[in-house]
Amino acid sequence: MTMSPAEIERDKASTRNAWALSTPALILLTFAACGPLFIMLVYSFLTKGQYGNVIGTFSLDGWRSILTSEDIFDPGVTVWADAHLSIFWRSVKLSVLTTILTLAIGFPTAWFIATRPPKSRPLWLFLITIPFWTNLLIRTVAIFEVIRNEGVINTLLIWASVISAPLQITYTDTAVFIGMVYVYLPLMVLPLFASIDRFDMRLIEAAHDLYASRMAVLRRVILPIVRPGVIAGSILVFVPSLGAVVTPRILGGGKNMMIGNFIELQFGQGRNWPLGAALSMTLLVIVTVALLFYVRVSSRENAHG
Amino acid sequence: MTNQNAVEARNVIKAFGQGTSAVRALDDVSVNIQRGEFFTLLGPSGCGKTTLLRLIAGFEMPSGGTILLEGTDITYLPPNQRPVNTVFQSYALFPHLSVAQNISFGLEMQGKPAAEVKARTDKMLALVQMEAMAGRKTSQLSGGQQQRVALARALAPQPKVLLLDEPLSALDYKLRKEMQIELKRLQHETGITFVFVTHDQEEALTMSDRVGVMSAGKLQQVGTPREIYTRPVNRFVASFIGETNFLPASVVPGGVKLGCGAVIAVEGLSGQGATTLTIRPEQVRLVDAAEAEAIPATVTNLVYFGTDTHCYLALPDGAEVVARLQSPSNGEVGLQQGQKVALRFVPGAAQVLAD
Ligand SMILES: Nc1ncnc2c1ncn2[C@@H]1O[C@H](COP(=O)(O)OP(=O)(O)OP(=O)(O)O)[C@@H](O)[C@H]1O
Ligand SMILES: [Mg+2]
Repeated sequence: MTMSPAEIERDKASTRNAWALSTPALILLTFAACGPLFIMLVYSFLTKGQYGNVIGTFSLDGWRSILTSEDIFDPGVTVWADAHLSIFWRSVKLSVLTTILTLAIGFPTAWFIATRPPKSRPLWLFLITIPFWTNLLIRTVAIFEVIRNEGVINTLLIWASVISAPLQITYTDTAVFIGMVYVYLPLMVLPLFASIDRFDMRLIEAAHDLYASRMAVLRRVILPIVRPGVIAGSILVFVPSLGAVVTPRILGGGKNMMIGNFIELQFGQGRNWPLGAALSMTLLVIVTVALLFYVRVSSRENAHG
Repeated sequence: MTNQNAVEARNVIKAFGQGTSAVRALDDVSVNIQRGEFFTLLGPSGCGKTTLLRLIAGFEMPSGGTILLEGTDITYLPPNQRPVNTVFQSYALFPHLSVAQNISFGLEMQGKPAAEVKARTDKMLALVQMEAMAGRKTSQLSGGQQQRVALARALAPQPKVLLLDEPLSALDYKLRKEMQIELKRLQHETGITFVFVTHDQEEALTMSDRVGVMSAGKLQQVGTPREIYTRPVNRFVASFIGETNFLPASVVPGGVKLGCGAVIAVEGLSGQGATTLTIRPEQVRLVDAAEAEAIPATVTNLVYFGTDTHCYLALPDGAEVVARLQSPSNGEVGLQQGQKVALRFVPGAAQVLAD
């Protein structure tokens, strides 16, 4: 089918309109997102200044010191920076675990809400969003109060004679894990709810009627259909988990740093802006690769049915 | 021992809710559905048709009574363990699967070998003439095509009984007529027992081997379409199936006496006193006033229906009777409003009804 000149003209006009409408968003994105990223990229290739800041001469030191450092006792010899590697490993491990646990808790929660009568659903959703009313710092401190040695959990357990000495939870990876699951759970529940809410519950009966067991109904019908919600929730939890700063600082202490704390350190006391910038870019790459991998794997599963 | 009953419901009761707000969706329903028959459940909205179907499918458990499938008690068996499949009113096709994957779903869940799944799926696609669309997503299908896929999906595992809950109600008139023929063909070719739900009496009469007429959670009458139409057991069945005249009457020796004094011969009468006489409009004839048993009447209205013309008549006592007259080729029945005529009931056609 060929288009008449008038139709072509109309087509062009609608494209022009679309661009015109998205201009504000594009400008904002350019300056607020791409701009700073570009500055970071440039900084990562410069030389560090003595009191922070950067000096305008090209250097690969920032990138080099991500994985390696000079031997303290033998200047000039480079060795693997084990401390840095363990920070990366901890960050990825805790973020993946957080995503998995929020999914495991969030899915039944979202399912529960989506199967309530329509009248009471807004109330449940409202309850889920209550944590957002309070500052992240305060919520994290509250969790700290619950799990610290003299906190609610330990006091109760000692009182019930389950344990004799308090469990050391704070300043461990477990504490950071608990805190992140608590903080990011709503971000998992909301997109999952949106997906499950649109799910046609009659399909469960149809599958059950066609000899599917309860497990098969979940795996072959429910999960493939609500997959967009699972992916959206996982991204919303994984990305901020990987860059978390406040939660690991308060619950993990100085010892159990995550990438976010490490970057913060470079721009603060560390006075190594090029390293901080290079770390930020690395974080961006890790997130992108992880997400591409995740989306790839989950859509491949879909294709297999 | 072979059991001739595909499905047998014995004194099935289903109540929803508790206490005073409880609704009896099914109130002591007993029915035998025979092997290989096209059985239709017919009744007005809310009479419990879907509920009975859901009990047979296993989506719901009865509050009382027993359901047997070929002689085996399946009352409390979960749906995935019953060799019974359902065609849902909303089709409920899996949106993430293609047409072929929808059809093979049940076979895969039964753990059939891949080769058999493939062969049966292809056969089903051919049966419903959807081979060309095997790879399509179900959202890219028209209503009639979705209907075919739903049928093929439910027939693929070769169930003992196929349950169909108003499968045609979402289709337009023409497609509906086509699918009615299609359904009959499928039932004939597969030999599977069909239990079909509808509230369309014409659909029920034209398609079924037997019909069960339901009202208010009770099965009012079960019989062939002919039996149901010509020998309704009560007033509800008579009025729900087709059109009919009801005339107040009283029992006299040899028949019943109408309000206008005319006596109509009715066989096998029992009881006494006031009763109701029913006569189908096509069994009312306009006759010469001099003929024996002719009842005088006045034409009050004429309604043209194409092949038929409905002639509304008033008896001397004011009772109204509708006669269905075949329209002559020029469409004029040669009657006028207010004209004095005489009518007669076809002998043996009038019946006395229990209420
Ligand atoms: N899950 C339920 N909870 C409460 N009441 C129900 C439920 N399902 C059905 N009912 C009631 O049971 C009665 C019979 O319902 P059913 O769906 O079987 O009717 P139906 O004959 O299929 O009607 P329709 O032609 O409208 O589909 C109705 O009064 C209905 O309100
Ligand atoms: Mg119904």
